[in-house]
Amino acid sequence: MTDELLHIDQKIIEILKTVSDPEIPVLSIVDMGVVRAAKMNDDVVEVQITPTYSGCPAMDVIGDDIISAFNQNGLKAKVELVLSPAWTTDWITAEGRKALEKYGIASPLSADADKEALLGNKKVVKCPQCGSLNTKLVSQFGSTACKALFQCDDCLEPFDYFKCLK
Amino acid sequence: MRFFILITHRSSLITNKMNNNLIQYIFGIADNCLILGQRLGELCGHGPSLETDIALTNISLDLLGQTRSYYQYVAQLQGGDVTEDTVAFLRVENQYLNTLLVEQPNTDFGYSIARQFLFDVFHLLLLEELQNSKDENLSAIAKKSIKEVLYHKRFSSDWIKRLGDGTDESHSRIQTAINDLWIFTDELFHQTDADKAMVSQGIGVDVTLLKTKYYKEVSEILEEATLQTPQIEYFQKGGKQGIHSEHMGYILTELQYMQRTYPNMTW
Repeated sequence: MTDELLHIDQKIIEILKTVSDPEIPVLSIVDMGVVRAAKMNDDVVEVQITPTYSGCPAMDVIGDDIISAFNQNGLKAKVELVLSPAWTTDWITAEGRKALEKYGIASPLSADADKEALLGNKKVVKCPQCGSLNTKLVSQFGSTACKALFQCDDCLEPFDYFKCLK
Repeated sequence: MRFFILITHRSSLITNKMNNNLIQYIFGIADNCLILGQRLGELCGHGPSLETDIALTNISLDLLGQTRSYYQYVAQLQGGDVTEDTVAFLRVENQYLNTLLVEQPNTDFGYSIARQFLFDVFHLLLLEELQNSKDENLSAIAKKSIKEVLYHKRFSSDWIKRLGDGTDESHSRIQTAINDLWIFTDELFHQTDADKAMVSQGIGVDVTLLKTKYYKEVSEILEEATLQTPQIEYFQKGGKQGIHSEHMGYILTELQYMQRTYPNMTW
């Protein structure tokens, strides 16, 4: 992630951090890893973002929110969408993962563990409510394209698991 | 869509003819995603259970997202007033180049799953090759899509096994659906002239080379699901040439309704 962040002008990163994914309001777009580049060009900030999933409906809103965040700081912004390299859950920062867990979304596991979890072979997804590993897959597809639905067999709460995307 | 994909600048030396072949080639891939996405979207709120309803519409969303990337690229190639929306909504039936398979109806859950499975296996094989395309934009879209299609294939294969190896009723119904849709599988491997031109340039994927692998993979999963691989020699085709089944008109009527009734309306 640090390497990827090199393209972001540090002077404007604080403004970008105020913009969050509308479906996961606790997670800033910087921690989410969707901001690929941001630089000041004269008085216009040029921002490149990448979608988590191709059909992610949040991208339009995120684009609008970026522009409005810079406008509030007296700056103009231009947003572009880039597809390559494709987003991966590895780009979610450690801070981002903490925020997800705190919000009640289990953060993505490694690719191998993720496969086992989504095939229902192993109990490896930790309940974000009570920390139990006694959880089960309810559906590979959850409330949004990036999540799967799980249930904890100890505290009985259903919860979202952020699917690993490599 | 207000934020467009950053398209790699194309050399102005590219001739119109090549552009046209490229556009036709992209339609051959993207229209499958659009029409299957539309078919799956019909199930929104009508799935057999909440989880499958959400899963199928999530897959629909992925496919429509992929479609947008392809169409935005087409819009850049065509220039002028062309946008992803005009490409999606304002063509006439014979300009859509999707295969007949994806336009087949949601007769029952078995048909929706069988159609998805027969397409997903092909789709993943195609994208795995397309990511090596000399066209950077197609390569980028393929790399992005593969990650999503892996989930689609896992979902549909899993359901093939559950239904096949389930009750007598589910077994017989998924077998019927597989048998009925089988005649549309061969078309996935047909090449149009535009396809061939793009293959020769290292841009397109030679789908004929994927055929053996496809039928092998499909048969293995069917076998695991205790289902028979149909032994059918007769196949239907036409979609790739713009000659569609009667279903296509109904799909487009619904898909294009808003733009045809209120031209140029925006969300």
